[in-house]
Amino acid sequence: MATTQTGGTKTKTSTETLLENKRETLPPPQPITRTGPRTNPLQGFGRILSWLGLGVAFLFFMFPLYWMLVTSVKPRAETTLLPPRYLPGVDFEPTGDNYVAVFTKSSELGTITSSPGTQATELSAFPEHLLNSVIIAGLATLLAVVLGTLAAYAFSRFKIKGESDLLFFILSTRMLPPVVVLIPIFLMFTKPFSFLAPWATSMGAGGFKDFIENVSQFSLRENYVGITLLYTTFGLPFVVWMMKGFFDEIPKEYEEAAMIDGYSRLQAIWKFVLPEAMPAMLATAVFVLITAWNEFVFVQLLNPTKASTVPPFLYGIIGYGQIEWGRMAATSVVFLLPVVLFTFLVRNHLLRGVTFGAVRR
Amino acid sequence: MSDKALVGFFLTPTMILLLAIAIFPLIWSLYLSFTKYSVIQDVNGPTWIGLNNYGRLLDDTDVWLRFTTTARFVVPSVLIELLLGFGLAMLLNRKFAGRGFIMTMMLIPMMLSPLVVALFWGYMFRPDAGLLNAWTRDLLGFPSILWLTNLDTAMWALVLVDVWQWTPFIMLIALAGLSAVPQYLYEAAEVDRASAWFKFQRITLPLVTPLLLIAILFRTMDAYRMFDQAYALTGGGPGHKTEVLSIYLYQMAFRDFNTGKGSALGYIMLIVIIALANLLIKVLNGLKAEKA
Repeated sequence: MATTQTGGTKTKTSTETLLENKRETLPPPQPITRTGPRTNPLQGFGRILSWLGLGVAFLFFMFPLYWMLVTSVKPRAETTLLPPRYLPGVDFEPTGDNYVAVFTKSSELGTITSSPGTQATELSAFPEHLLNSVIIAGLATLLAVVLGTLAAYAFSRFKIKGESDLLFFILSTRMLPPVVVLIPIFLMFTKPFSFLAPWATSMGAGGFKDFIENVSQFSLRENYVGITLLYTTFGLPFVVWMMKGFFDEIPKEYEEAAMIDGYSRLQAIWKFVLPEAMPAMLATAVFVLITAWNEFVFVQLLNPTKASTVPPFLYGIIGYGQIEWGRMAATSVVFLLPVVLFTFLVRNHLLRGVTFGAVRR
Repeated sequence: MSDKALVGFFLTPTMILLLAIAIFPLIWSLYLSFTKYSVIQDVNGPTWIGLNNYGRLLDDTDVWLRFTTTARFVVPSVLIELLLGFGLAMLLNRKFAGRGFIMTMMLIPMMLSPLVVALFWGYMFRPDAGLLNAWTRDLLGFPSILWLTNLDTAMWALVLVDVWQWTPFIMLIALAGLSAVPQYLYEAAEVDRASAWFKFQRITLPLVTPLLLIAILFRTMDAYRMFDQAYALTGGGPGHKTEVLSIYLYQMAFRDFNTGKGSALGYIMLIVIIALANLLIKVLNGLKAEKA
């Protein structure tokens, strides 16, 4: 068993040979944008028409994003001006004020709850919400990817009783409309351990009683714990399905060869399977992160004031009174920019990601 | 560690979380759907009333109207997205410089937060200072349109936002289907001097349809539970014109605090979507069997 390892550090183990062979024989996965045969190129009039169609479509999908960027550098008076000014630097003088304001001071306009005067000196609540978004989405992603990958590995490598049923059960938890579970989640998160309260009152005084009483009063609302666990649960089915697909593509022989070389299964997973699966895990993580980042209904309902994220914050500043559109656009840009960057990072996995791994290739 | 212990160790955390936060709430809400319960009024907890909630909901013409409203959102959205997305995929299915970049740019909308997207469209829909009216009224000379508060246009405004955000999704999947069609089929058709229409109808369409059906399945289920956009743009109005099921349910449960009745409506929604998904999957499998 251990002979290959003790025989000198330069000796290649069978696993390493296998890894190298695989890298040589299999071409690296091609991005979907480059593969596949093409239909015959169009000629003449049809060709012009097809370029025109593509151009119009491109404009249609890009324009709102461009408009958001333009609006975010407009002075306040410009944002509600008609006819609209399209070109910063030509039509109007662009300003970075909105971006500064987003991070520093609170709205200068009044809302229903506070008068304009007091607002001007207050600090913006945006950085706090942004930080919450990062913490909650980040933690949930980490948890979901780690736990989901473990489960996916088990599904991919071992015979599990009722495996397809279990997998379908996991998938089905993601098919339900979120509003359907909104009610029970809301009730459950309010005081999940309140059933312990009568038990605590029946007990004699003491440290343990206080502990139980505290637990029975514990709420999963208005803090990081509940919403993070919720997003983790939302992400899990996705991670399990995606990662199972990826693990199925990594030959079983990897670990088997490593185990023949004397590694335990856990070591083999750590040393040989995980590095192979890492790109897939990162891509999967990006999708979980984006989903948690974008979520609105649950966080709005469960954490209206504390540990709230950016979408409810944005909804809140739109909801009342006059709206500073430039500032709102700047906030949106700051919030959406990471997603755009991540989209470019995972562009080769998009197809698989958005279809739950149902469509590969 | 034995393999059996390992499997247990790997699976348990996932299963516990799913059972506690996905399955348990579902069972609880099934129980609540058989009770008369309001979170703010009934301090003594739910009272069992059997199938009363379901009976009342199914007798209520309002509920059926909300189903129609939902269909009036889902059907046009998915249809337009399908046509546009498939068309775009056809246009993109060839080599040209910058293709990868253009494609990725066009895929951005579907990754963005639906709420934030909707809020920004709200700015463009504004009747006084919005971009859309600046075009339709000031450039084309149409009368002012109150996009989100007009009875006829409010739903179409929601459809437009959905089309903007989700056409790229269909495009992406259709493109995967198109690029998998073997080139030799077209070459063979070329030899037979087949018309472009014939090639499209006999080669392209049959080979892409299974993937398109998957796309339709995903989109239908997503559009059916659309909430953020309607909540942010119209709130279900004007009147009840855009009050889709999820908005109706949300208001029933968290504005009127009809917790029991809301749970029952949730279950009705659930049963309908499961039936719909099964129907689509059956069609999909039928097509696959036909091909084999």
